[in-house]
Amino acid sequence: MKTLKANITEYLRINLDTEQWECRCCDKALGSARENYKRGLLVYDRDPREIHKPLVDTNLYSYTFSPDPAYTALLEFYCPQCGTMVETEYTVPGHPPVHDIELDIDDLRRKVESWGEIPEQPEIPDIPLERHVHNH
Amino acid sequence: MTNNITKADLSKEEQALIDQFLVDNQLFYGPDPEIMRNHGLDPRSDTEERILSAGLDAQKVNMVRGRLTAALDETHTMVEQMGVAPGAKWGDLVTAIFTANGDMAQTGTHGIVVFASVCQYPVKFIRKYWVNEPTVGVRDGDAFIHNDSAYGNIHNTDQSLMMPVFWQGNLVCWVSSTIHEGENGAIEPGGMPSIAETKYDEGLKMCPFKIVENFQLRRDIVTFLQNSVRDPKLQLADMKVKLHSIIRLRERVLSVIEEFGIDYLQGTLRKSLEDTETEVRRRIEEIPNGISRVNTFIDGNLREDVLAKMPMEIRIEGSRMIWNLKGTSPEFTNRSINVVMGSMKTCLLTSLILYVWPDLPKNQAVFSAVEVEMDENSLVNCSNEAPNAMSLLPIFRSFSMPPMTMGKLNYCMPKRYTAINANTYSQPATLVYGGLTQHGEVTGNFCADINGNGTGGREDKDGEHSLSPVFGYMADTGEMELAEEELPYVRLVAQKLAKDRVGFGKYRGGMGYEQIATVKNSTEFGFMTGQCGSKHPSAYGLFGGYACPTYPMARIKNINIFETFKNNPEQFDFDMITLMNERKITGGDYYVQDAGMNFELCNEGEIYMICQGAGGGYGDVLDRDPSMVAKDLEEELISPNLAQEIYKVIFNPDNFVIDEDATQQARDEERMARIKRGIPYDEFVASWVKPEPSEDLPYMGSWGNDHSTLVVSPPGEKRYRIPAGSSGVMFSNPKDRLIAELQAEINTLKKTQGC
Repeated sequence: MKTLKANITEYLRINLDTEQWECRCCDKALGSARENYKRGLLVYDRDPREIHKPLVDTNLYSYTFSPDPAYTALLEFYCPQCGTMVETEYTVPGHPPVHDIELDIDDLRRKVESWGEIPEQPEIPDIPLERHVHNH
Repeated sequence: MTNNITKADLSKEEQALIDQFLVDNQLFYGPDPEIMRNHGLDPRSDTEERILSAGLDAQKVNMVRGRLTAALDETHTMVEQMGVAPGAKWGDLVTAIFTANGDMAQTGTHGIVVFASVCQYPVKFIRKYWVNEPTVGVRDGDAFIHNDSAYGNIHNTDQSLMMPVFWQGNLVCWVSSTIHEGENGAIEPGGMPSIAETKYDEGLKMCPFKIVENFQLRRDIVTFLQNSVRDPKLQLADMKVKLHSIIRLRERVLSVIEEFGIDYLQGTLRKSLEDTETEVRRRIEEIPNGISRVNTFIDGNLREDVLAKMPMEIRIEGSRMIWNLKGTSPEFTNRSINVVMGSMKTCLLTSLILYVWPDLPKNQAVFSAVEVEMDENSLVNCSNEAPNAMSLLPIFRSFSMPPMTMGKLNYCMPKRYTAINANTYSQPATLVYGGLTQHGEVTGNFCADINGNGTGGREDKDGEHSLSPVFGYMADTGEMELAEEELPYVRLVAQKLAKDRVGFGKYRGGMGYEQIATVKNSTEFGFMTGQCGSKHPSAYGLFGGYACPTYPMARIKNINIFETFKNNPEQFDFDMITLMNERKITGGDYYVQDAGMNFELCNEGEIYMICQGAGGGYGDVLDRDPSMVAKDLEEELISPNLAQEIYKVIFNPDNFVIDEDATQQARDEERMARIKRGIPYDEFVASWVKPEPSEDLPYMGSWGNDHSTLVVSPPGEKRYRIPAGSSGVMFSNPKDRLIAELQAEINTLKKTQGC
């Protein structure tokens, strides 16, 4: 019998048979789907200046195109098995990380069952939109 | 002996007499909470009930809708062709049609939706207060002007003209035209004052009033308005432009009535709204029940650094969708970045249309099914006295947050209405200007560069560079040459993509551009900027993507770049970073500062540099196709060392040919390094999370998920906490704080030296 699953993000899915979060890259089970998926991940408190590097001389200027680490914490969330960066969170140092996805698993199951076959990547409509043009 | 009469003692007639007396003798027709707090559709009128109960031919409805769309597109083009405001020239405008009750039923294809949506409020105000007011009245040929956010607007730099349409003596619908006009007589030129401390510093605050009778502008009132702003030519010209666009729109509506009958006009308008609401409810029911959340932080208020929280939670409960903005910072009672609740709702509405369900009709019913929760006296739901001319700072977040929160709820769905995307850059990055032009005219306005936000990375491709403003894909950045003919403002570097300022990801965000501007042929002309995001990024990534960087602005004062061009041209470089790092222009004072600069005069040849920002990245950087990294290198969007360090791509530095094996190895090693350095979540939270923000952080808003109490940390004062919704925050003057600091230093020095 086919496993009932729902892709929830680019890198996470919920296995509705086991009610587990899973990594879509390596299939690692990450914890109960009724809990915060972040509890199954690793976290790294990245200095935001390592990613958003200063572009002007830090000896000359205090504003440098890099986030101020007093104002910005960059949390990186990794799959503990394959190291995929599942999510990032820009927050304030010491602020509790956000519980960003909290699904009603029973309702999700009902809906997934009603949807039938779900493509791995649903088709994305490309709606033609005429933009403003310089016509003056 | 007392003789108290209670309500219970009054007869029905007496009570009715008192009620009428109170209506007739209202002291002040201020903003009406009954109107301003309701974003739902009005109930069907008797006429609409009769029409819709009888049924309409779908083919005819479709034809009427098409005819109205054509009329709206035609009038949009009229305004764009004839408008004088820079905003009109680059599409920052809309024409719209409303039901007789005032619900916004349709905009044109290219119209800025949010401008039309906010007009429902003044139209409803006019209906409620002026129709039966004997000194005003609403008659055929009248039109009303309006710009005050407290009565329904984004901010008072936008002006609307609204006209009732009559058919056989009955008011059957309304038409409107709105332009971002710019100048409005505020304390700083350009219409978006950053130093306003009260709403009385913000220039014209027009509640809806009649300015057109018999299809003609009343010259006495026009003159009053011209006398109240820095650009009387602009004020007059664009009122004429808006008037003639709505007269044309009225004519088109009347021709629709003549061809299809009045019932088809009113029936189509109402049916469009009801059908839209029904479809939205159907789409809500499709989404699995659940909650998604995002926290965002605004890092300045244009006068000082603060860190104001603006969170968003979306709850799906069957057919209900609740958008909750509780926990947001208290309002800044003497700073200009507050938002009126009605404005915020219309922006949230627009976000749904732009980023989540772009196939829906552009009307008010897209949001009428959504419930909204906000704290009173907050940055997103401010009191009537709070200034709000620079409401754009929180408002731009209202466009970027819903795609993230909605994306996390509907990624699982088998059907997409559009791609799921990371944040489009969400700052009003532009130079606001004002002063005396080379033609001897006084003016104030802002540049079209605000419309060049980079869009967020999508689930299927990179974001677009400098595409459009976060509030409307349909607007553009205009033509600088036109502006330079009218203004002493010269752009030395125009829209050069800002290298290395990237929202990295599997699909990177579209990039912003930098520009370098100066002034020529005027001794009284200057600039301000009205953005933040210099300490905390504005556009976040999604699903492992990184945010955009932070963006300061830069200036070189006490130079004349035109003399440099003449005598030492080698000292100039067409690049902001090089200019500021190498400091080759002799004698200049070099400043890099936060991107919110209060108005200051620019002497001829001094240069000002700003960046338009990048969108956030989508997905893990290690998943970016190495060939796409190579393309970024070829296009000089990114430096080789950054490409290698962030994307872990190994390539030949001479030709950017990818070494696929070495890249795979580098990426594998990075994944292993992540596993090594990462800490299990629970363990991390136990050690990293703090009970409150760092002591010296000027933090405002809830801390964590408990939104009942807000942390308030005004600079220079002791931190305190308040119950959410209880009050705003007053700030001291930054100059007073600086004076106090300097005085303390002087006192210390005096003591040291025994004075």
